[in-house]
Amino acid sequence: MKKGAIIPLVIFAVLVAFLAIGLGLKPREVPSPFIDKAVPEFSLPKLMQEGQTISPADLKGQVWMLNVFASWCVSCRAEHEVLSRFIRTEKVPVLGLNYKDEPSDAKKWLAALGNPYQHIAVDYDGKAGIDLGVYGVPETFVVDKKGIIRHKVTGPVYEETVRDTLLPLILKLREEQG
Amino acid sequence: MRALLLSCLCTVLLLGAVNAQAEADALTFKTAESEADYNALINELRCLVCQNQNLAGSDADLAKDLRAQVYDMVESGQSRSDVVDYMVTRYGDFVLYRPAFKLKTVLLWLGPVVFLLLALWFVIRWVRKQPAKPVETLNETQRETVRDLLDKHK
Repeated sequence: MKKGAIIPLVIFAVLVAFLAIGLGLKPREVPSPFIDKAVPEFSLPKLMQEGQTISPADLKGQVWMLNVFASWCVSCRAEHEVLSRFIRTEKVPVLGLNYKDEPSDAKKWLAALGNPYQHIAVDYDGKAGIDLGVYGVPETFVVDKKGIIRHKVTGPVYEETVRDTLLPLILKLREEQG
Repeated sequence: MRALLLSCLCTVLLLGAVNAQAEADALTFKTAESEADYNALINELRCLVCQNQNLAGSDADLAKDLRAQVYDMVESGQSRSDVVDYMVTRYGDFVLYRPAFKLKTVLLWLGPVVFLLLALWFVIRWVRKQPAKPVETLNETQRETVRDLLDKHK
């Protein structure tokens, strides 16, 4: 065999390796620039208690989650049961951010499916969503005792997400000093 | 018939163009500069919902909101880099169609140049390695044949 004949084979192998890696990537999951940053401040009206407002500062000192949801969002309905069960069993305080939704629709949705949230903030025009870099509802942020975002799930939370990521992380963060 | 069809098509295209223009005209800008900034920005910022479209081309809800945000920022006198920073802090570098030049993106920026230089080097080496072929010339009888053939087709 000629000495140079191996070169195309090597190039081909490298190409295949790159393409194989590319197949495994998830282009939908854009790395969030918010990891290890403080939750952006906002003060929004509560969905259930008219006249009151809620802000992330109200939850400081505990490990909590922020879940972006909307009644028009199909995947939110899909994750609802899994998420609710997790919230109930682990007693995680969750701030629901009702994103670009009609409050009346959201209330109906929660009445039908159950309300796992400790607080619900109404983000009617989606401004808080922009500040949180929301681009695909549902999104779930895990926040530590200091108010720092430690993890973000884009898209629905599955059983596997809870088992492999959320639960271990929440338990770990609870051990940390506030 | 064909003329009719063609004129129909032209009308449709024209209407479309007018329509697009009307949409673009819905925004009014204080200065021509801010309009230019706005147009440049929505063309180079990516819509994260439909990832292969920019904000200008996307009809997604988020793209509309972000266009409105860009408009507000530009109109309130903020510079292009202010708007880009605003988007990057929220959506990360991915939002930029023209990524910043930094350590993480060196390969992205210089990769093509490196590959081009490598290819050039290979081609040059390959060309130089070719043995020089002797230039073939025709002998007298061959010339005669060619002349005859050319004359025949005059």
